[in-house]
Amino acid sequence: MIIAIASGKGGTGKTTVAAALVKVWDRPVQAVDLDVEEPNLALYLKPELTGREISMMEIPLADQDKCTACGACSEICQFKAISVLGEYILTFPEMCHGCGGCLAVCPEGALSPDTRELGEVLWGWAGEIDFLMGRLRVGEAMSPPLMRAAKKRLDSSRDVIIDAPPGVSCPAVNAVKDTDVIVLVTEPTPFGFYDLKLAREAFTPIGAPMGVVINRTGIGDKGVYDYCHATGLPILLEIPYDRQVAEAYSRGEVIVDALPEYQNMFLELSSRIRDLADRRMKEARYA
Amino acid sequence: MAKIAVACQGQTLDDQVDPRFGRAPNFLIVDLETLEFEVMDNSSIDTVAQGAGIQSAQAMANAGVEAVLSGFVGPRAYQALNAANIKMGQGLEGVTVREAVTRYKAGHVEIASQPSREGHWR
Repeated sequence: MIIAIASGKGGTGKTTVAAALVKVWDRPVQAVDLDVEEPNLALYLKPELTGREISMMEIPLADQDKCTACGACSEICQFKAISVLGEYILTFPEMCHGCGGCLAVCPEGALSPDTRELGEVLWGWAGEIDFLMGRLRVGEAMSPPLMRAAKKRLDSSRDVIIDAPPGVSCPAVNAVKDTDVIVLVTEPTPFGFYDLKLAREAFTPIGAPMGVVINRTGIGDKGVYDYCHATGLPILLEIPYDRQVAEAYSRGEVIVDALPEYQNMFLELSSRIRDLADRRMKEARYA
Repeated sequence: MAKIAVACQGQTLDDQVDPRFGRAPNFLIVDLETLEFEVMDNSSIDTVAQGAGIQSAQAMANAGVEAVLSGFVGPRAYQALNAANIKMGQGLEGVTVREAVTRYKAGHVEIASQPSREGHWR
């Protein structure tokens, strides 16, 4: 079973929830940080990293002497990563999405595959927890290929809990697709509400059941609750607005370790998540 | 016959120079001797998320101009225009195209030797 902890919005508590959930999970579990632009799950789980792999992407390398400046490569490139200026061919490696189109259309064989570094995939153990993360190179903008490289190391013999990137664009969709349950972390404010709507709309086509964790309850308004009731999004857990939670978080502690009274809450959350996944599997069987 | 391109907010010599190179709505391709010009509509650049500077630079190379005048030029446009051997006159925001061309002819325009702006992307 693969569970993604996502949110439309940064700063709502994804990592708080993901870290607490893997800590109380009572089956073999792999914790995966796919927020590769700013991975921070490791700060809480403090894994011992035992492996590392550099992830590369294919980009074109131009041979000025063979190029006849026909412009075919530049025409096919939607990202302006390769340009013909007069007689001169120019590549912009950091804009390349790695589709390989330019190499395929070049009639002169003037382009050959080169690589650029996307970032690294790291793995290790935090006690019994299998840990995996991706970390994007500073200055790199293309996170989905690095996320795919990290996902190749998912352990299918375990339950997988993914800390997904915020937002609803390519990186977030990449992290939540192929999952069995999507947990949306939000807060009961107009900001949280707005982004929750976006997240639900963006992730609905993926087809995985979704549930909501409302963080910092007691602040804000009723918008998020009304929306969940109206659309049938189940509320899986409410975490009260509690100074102690914020203090534990800022010390780098997992909430269920620092505040044992939260353990039952997260145990409850894990069983609700499994219920959602089971219900889906049953539906699939009868479909 | 030397031609230069001026990034322009409008479509006449008396309109203002656009500060942006890559995302200027129009380029006026001006003949330095006669001041005759044609308008190159660049408004479709709005649909390009990234690489506007590169695309505009490519259009300049195809138009065969010796220089472009604008307010500033970003790093990728700089690299592309440089590869195409096109000079970049900068710091001309807030004046009309006519004034910019006059200054260029008099040699009073600073020619960039490096990009004058950070990219918009990082």
